[in-house]
Order: sequence, then structure tokens, then C-alpha cells
Amino acid sequence: MSKTIKIRKGLDIRLIGQAEKVKIDAPVAKTYALKPTDFHGLVPKMVKKVGEQVKAGTPIFFDKYRDEIQYVSPVSGTVKEIKRGAKRKILEVIIEADATIAYEETAVKAIDALNKDEAKSLLLKGGLWPMIKMRPIDIVANPKDEPKAIFISGFDTHPLSPDYDFLIHGNEKAFQAGISVLGKLTKGKVHLQLRSNIVADKAFSEVKGAEITKVAGVHPAGNVGPQIHAINPINKGETVWVVNAQDVAIIGKFALTGKYDASKFVALTGSKANNRKYFKTIIGAELSTIFNGNVEKEHTRLISGNPLTGLKVEAEGSYLGFYDYQLTALPEGDEYKFFLTEGWLSLGFNKFSASRAYPTWMMPKSKRYNIDTNLNGEERAFVVSEQYEKVFPFDIYPVHLLKSIIINDIDAMENLGIYEVAPEDFALCEFVCTSKIESQTIVREGLDVILKECF
Amino acid sequence: MKFLRNIFDNAHAALNKSEKTKKYFPLVDSLDTLMFTPNHVTKSGAHVRDAIDLKRTMMFVILALIPALLFGMYNVGVQHYLALGESFTFMEAFGHGALRVLPLIVVSYGVGLGIEFIFAIKNGHAVQEGFLVSGMLIPLIMPVDTPLWMVGVGTAFAVVIGKEVFGGTGMNVMNVALTARAFLFFSYPTKMSGNEVWISGFKEMKNDGTLVDGITGATPLGDLAAIGKEGASFTSLEGFNQAGHSLMDLFYGLYPGSIGETSVLAILLGAIFLLKTGIASWKIMFSFFFGGYLMALLFNGIGGSEYFALPAINQVMLGGFMFGMVFMITDPVTAAQTSTGKYIYGFLGGALAILIRVVNPAYPEGVMLAILIANVFAPLIDHMVVSANIKRRLKRVKTA
Repeated sequence: MSKTIKIRKGLDIRLIGQAEKVKIDAPVAKTYALKPTDFHGLVPKMVKKVGEQVKAGTPIFFDKYRDEIQYVSPVSGTVKEIKRGAKRKILEVIIEADATIAYEETAVKAIDALNKDEAKSLLLKGGLWPMIKMRPIDIVANPKDEPKAIFISGFDTHPLSPDYDFLIHGNEKAFQAGISVLGKLTKGKVHLQLRSNIVADKAFSEVKGAEITKVAGVHPAGNVGPQIHAINPINKGETVWVVNAQDVAIIGKFALTGKYDASKFVALTGSKANNRKYFKTIIGAELSTIFNGNVEKEHTRLISGNPLTGLKVEAEGSYLGFYDYQLTALPEGDEYKFFLTEGWLSLGFNKFSASRAYPTWMMPKSKRYNIDTNLNGEERAFVVSEQYEKVFPFDIYPVHLLKSIIINDIDAMENLGIYEVAPEDFALCEFVCTSKIESQTIVREGLDVILKECF
Repeated sequence: MKFLRNIFDNAHAALNKSEKTKKYFPLVDSLDTLMFTPNHVTKSGAHVRDAIDLKRTMMFVILALIPALLFGMYNVGVQHYLALGESFTFMEAFGHGALRVLPLIVVSYGVGLGIEFIFAIKNGHAVQEGFLVSGMLIPLIMPVDTPLWMVGVGTAFAVVIGKEVFGGTGMNVMNVALTARAFLFFSYPTKMSGNEVWISGFKEMKNDGTLVDGITGATPLGDLAAIGKEGASFTSLEGFNQAGHSLMDLFYGLYPGSIGETSVLAILLGAIFLLKTGIASWKIMFSFFFGGYLMALLFNGIGGSEYFALPAINQVMLGGFMFGMVFMITDPVTAAQTSTGKYIYGFLGGALAILIRVVNPAYPEGVMLAILIANVFAPLIDHMVVSANIKRRLKRVKTA
């Protein structure tokens, strides 16, 4: 019998535009990109030059400071362009794909026969290591660390999030293999968290080698941050690793076949998307293949990822993020709103708010809202108190932590719990904030300071 | 609305033409953002945001103040005509009160917003919303006969020294409106306390001899504090209660006092609105009430003077206690910010209010000073709560 934990704080943002549970193939993309910017803090060192041939699984660049971590091409083709930004920072490496994908073949042996070092080098050589992230700091895991546990969340509670049970369905073998490989990497447990109120897919519920915990509650119950906090909290000096449940299946597939098959399903969501389905595509695929014909492009905010933590992308020339399983199209909110009719003093029956100053709380729970990207106000100093606490299921004082980061007080950050949080854990705080404070950015800055000073 | 939008767009364009006029941008921008929620969009992080903003939050507090304000206007008229001994209609009373109260509001907003605009231009940021509430609170906690120049001076002091020197809205340590009142209270005690400031036109009536016999102009608290002293209006608590100070009288609030503070009914209407919309913290409100109530019970137990013996429920319904509980102690910027801290902070404020009121021989009311003291203690209370959290989290390592 598995344990159940209850996450009592949080907020489900009820947006219009969930994806229909239909899987279809996206048109094949001509170009793919591997983006160093997907991996926070990475300084890439190029292996391939423009014009060189690569296969799926061929290293394109590696981490300058942790050179065993390689980043590999998701498809076979030719390196077409290296896009650089300010100070010649590499933003995207674009690969022009072949018609059919040729794979690098890695010799694999039975997973049961692998030892820890072999499992580690398998993932490092295969280029799947970046799928493992570490907490604290929320960056790609350091292979030299000893994680005290590995956490995998079997569901996603972000607004409009894809249904992981639907995505994993039919991938029992690959998921099991992935869990088994990850199990080799830690002396501790592999934790898998599932929703308490829904019967999970077989791939999740019957997996061996993972400790299953049921989780009840609204968003952020599906985030690993609050799950770790409730199950086995991180203290100073400890590390845990986290992997997305879908990435576990990709790891598993690789461990079974020795081929880096980077194909995955992404859910196209949001009120501005008119063909909301699960599209089969490949990591780093050009997003216009999915957007074209399926979203209204006028006056639309396109996001690779979910509405709370995703990255703004363009309709043309943008590529799917490495970790993303969701694409969102929302109305852009760049218009003025007269204060009485639609603005700050309107009745606001169509507005969504966690505060009771709008009538959201009196509406039926089933009502869904079409929220645009307007900031709905201007940035101010902290005024309203205990607003973050209501959506922040940690035994941590979020505003005090943010203030310690703003004044760059490392001791205070450590004491107030920076080792337990990632920017995504503050996404709801950012959403509900009356003063419109960018807390995810602040937390990221704090984590960067901690990484520089304490690791 | 297109017409209005064009005006603002043209004004922005005109200001942007030269460096000299650019600095006045915050002026137009503040009016613009008042009329229109700006077209700012999210850049990173959470792409969608909650509909709430600081303007709505502040405006809701002002809405909650309206019952107290309207009743205050009416009461000013009623007290005036009672002192004159003339009969009056509802509209006459309200009209007189409105004419006396509106100038106070105009001066408070005029001076306060004027200073805010100067700071906004100097610092190059938009005018922040905090003063919208303070500007309404200041007149409501003044005696009606406060000279307008004093309201102006008090407001200026509160905005500059109480708020802007700390960095503006959200940064102040003490409640802005109470800072204004405390400043005036200690600078001009004769105009802010005593028996002659609570009824509009009291001094003139006294000089002209038109005052009705028996009207002392004292607030109930003033009368209470005077029981047993020379020249007191009442000799016993029963006499006091029978002379229009029964529980229901206190609830309706037709007696002399600061403009907005007298009617518990009007204040509670505001309280219900603030609690329902979640703008004010019920933790602070309730703990403030219990702090005061328990302190009053304690004095009941001790007994001795009439003031000590006043029933606890009457005690908390008198003076500025209710107004302080709903609109002052709950100011989120100056209150404690942690959940546990709020209970301690509210309780401390309520208990101190009654303690100062009953025990202090110098002035009959203590709510203003109690809340200011609680404001000063709020960061310390939070510090203790947060330290306890840090300790608890460190302990986790040791037990594991």
C-alpha cells in the first residue's frame, strides 16, 4: 500500500483550451535546434562545426565546466547554423535534418547487469544525461554528486497541462527500463508520485523499483518541489535528482536499444489554438510545423511549455524546448482596458483571480477562463501580505526568502530555504502577486549566487 | 473610450518630445493608469497573471470606508444642531456635515497627492496607490473642528517623514494616517483633544452663548475619564449609561467623536466588505478585538474606578477602537506579515489600546498610540516567527 500525502495549498488556474486526448503526427520538420539556453547556466563547447554531418545521438557540444556531459543531436543531418547572441553567446545550433533518421549505435547490455558507473557512462555517452536535473539549483545534474534520492512526478498540474497517463500509455517497457537505469544511479530510492484521485496508467502504477507515493491537492501538487518537501526534504549539502516522467521513458528506450530516439508527444493547448491535440514530434523540432494551421497567429502569445513557466516563442523560426511537453497559445493582452468596463475597477465576471476582490470565488468551480497576457497592473513594492503563502506549499516564508535574495544575503537565503526551491515553485506566487513582482526571476538570481558561492 | 485614449496617447507623445517635459511623464502616466489598465504584457515567467492589482485593493478599502464617511457627515450635522438646540431634518444634518467634512478631505488629498506627485517626478516613478487610502483615513480620524491648515501640515508630515523617506508605499514602518494624527495630537494638543473640538462650531456657540445648556462637547470617553473628578458630567457609571450611552447608542454612534469613528454599525459594514473580499486580514481584526476585550475584562476583574468597571463590550465599542480594528491595525504594510505574527500583533495592539486608554491619566483614548506601538513591534514579531521557522527546519537535519 502506497503512502498518500496531501498538498493543502495551491491554486488551479482554470484556463480554456485543454488538449483533446487524440494523438496525431506533426508534419516532419526540416530543421531542428539544440539550444544551450534550455539548460540554465550551461557554457557550451562546440564539437561540431557548421556543415558537418551528424547522426541522431552525435555530440554537438559539451559542458565547458563538466565536460563529461554531452549534448547530442536529436536527428541526423547537417549542422546548418550556429546562432549567437550578445558576447557571441551560443543561442541555438540548427541542424538540417535528413529525410530518414540515422542513429548512432551504442552497445548496450542488459539493464540488470549494469553497475552504477556503467549506467552513468551510458547516459553520459548517449547524451541523455541532461534529462536529469538536480535540486537544489535546478540545473543539469552533476554526475559526480551522490543523490540521496531520485524524484519523478507522474503527473502535471500546471494550467492546461498534458495528461501524463495518456502520454505514457503503451510505453510500459520503456518506462520500466528507465526507472531501472535510474535506480542504479542512487543508493537511495527512486520516488514516483502519482495523483491520489485518479487510477494511473499501468506504466506508472505497476512499475517496479520505484517507491510510489500518492499525492492529493491542486497545483503545484504535480511539481516535484513540494513533493520532495513533503516526502524527503533537501537540507544543506544534500542533492536529489529529478527527471520528467516522459523523459524516463526516453532514457528507457535508449537503454533498451542503444539508439537515441528523441521523439515525443507534445500537447498543443490554449484558447488561441484551434486544433488542440497531442502531436508527435522530436525534441528541438521547428515549431512552425505544429503551429501552422493549428493556431490563430494574430495577437497571440505562443509559449513552448506551460503558461506559468514556459518560454515565449515565435510562430516562425522557434524550436521546441528540450524539456517541454506542452505548447500554449494564449491571447496577447497588449491593449489598454478602460478601468470601469474591463480594467482594474470592473466587475470582472470573466476575470480570474485568486483574491476574492474579483467574483471568481463565487463562480462554479467548473467555469474556465480566457486569460490574456496582460500584466493587469504595474509592478509595485510588496504591500499585501500572506498572499504567496496561500499558494506555496512549503514550510518556508516565500516573501522573506525573496527579500533575502534581493539584498543578496547568502546566510539568510540558506536559512530561509533556498536549497529546496526552484523558480517553477514560485510561479504561482508570481501569478497571484498584487504587486506584480517577478519572483521566478528573483529566485533564479538567488540560485545563481548560491551556485557560484557555495558549490 | 477611444476619445479618452487618444487624449492620453497625445499627451504622452507631447511630453516625450523634449527632455525638459519628459520628467513630467509620471504625472500623465498616473492619470492614464487610473483610467486605463495599461497595455503592459508579461515577458517571462508566468505568462498569465491574476486580475488583482494594487489599485483595486486600495479602492476596495476606500469603498469600505464609505459607510463610516457618510455616517460621519450625518453625525457631524446632528451634533451641531443638538448643540444649537435647533430642530433639523435628515438632509439638513447631512448637508451641514458634508460641508464641514468635504474640505478636510479635499485638503488631505490635495496636500498628500501633491507631495506624492513631487516625489514621483523627482524619482521618476509612477505615483503609487498607498495614499489613496491614507488620504481618506486622515479626515476620518480628525475632530471635525480641526483647522484645515493643520490637516494640511499633518498630512505633509505623514507623507514625507512617515512614508517617502522610507521609500514610499510598501516601505513605511508606521501607519501613515496615524502618523498624521499623532503628529497633530502632540504638536497642537488643544486643537486635537479636550472638550471643544468634537462638535462643529462648538467654540463659536460657546462664545455667542447659543450653546444649549448641559452640552459639554465631551466625547463619551472624555466623560468616562472625568467621572469622580471635578466638573465631571456624570458621577457614576449608571448615570453615564443612561444618558445616551447604552450599548445600542454606542452601536449606532450618534455622539461626539472623530468624524468616522463613532458608528460601530457603519464600521462593521466596512469590515464585512473587507473580510468578504479578503482585502483585510481577519486574523489581525479578530485578535485585535480579543486583545482589547480580554484586557477590558481584566480591568473589570480588578475594578476600582468607573473606567475599570465599564463592561468589556462597551469598552471596545467606544472611541476609536472599532475604527482602528477595521481600518488601521489591518494596514498590511505596517502589520506583521507572517500568519502567527498577525495573531500576536493584533492581540498586542488591542490589549495596548485598552491598557493605554484606561490606565493612562493624560488622555482618554489609547487606540492611536497602541496601533503605532504595534506597528513598531511588527518587524520584531515577524523576526521571531521566522527565526522559529529557521530553527525548526535546521532541527530536521539533526533528527534525520
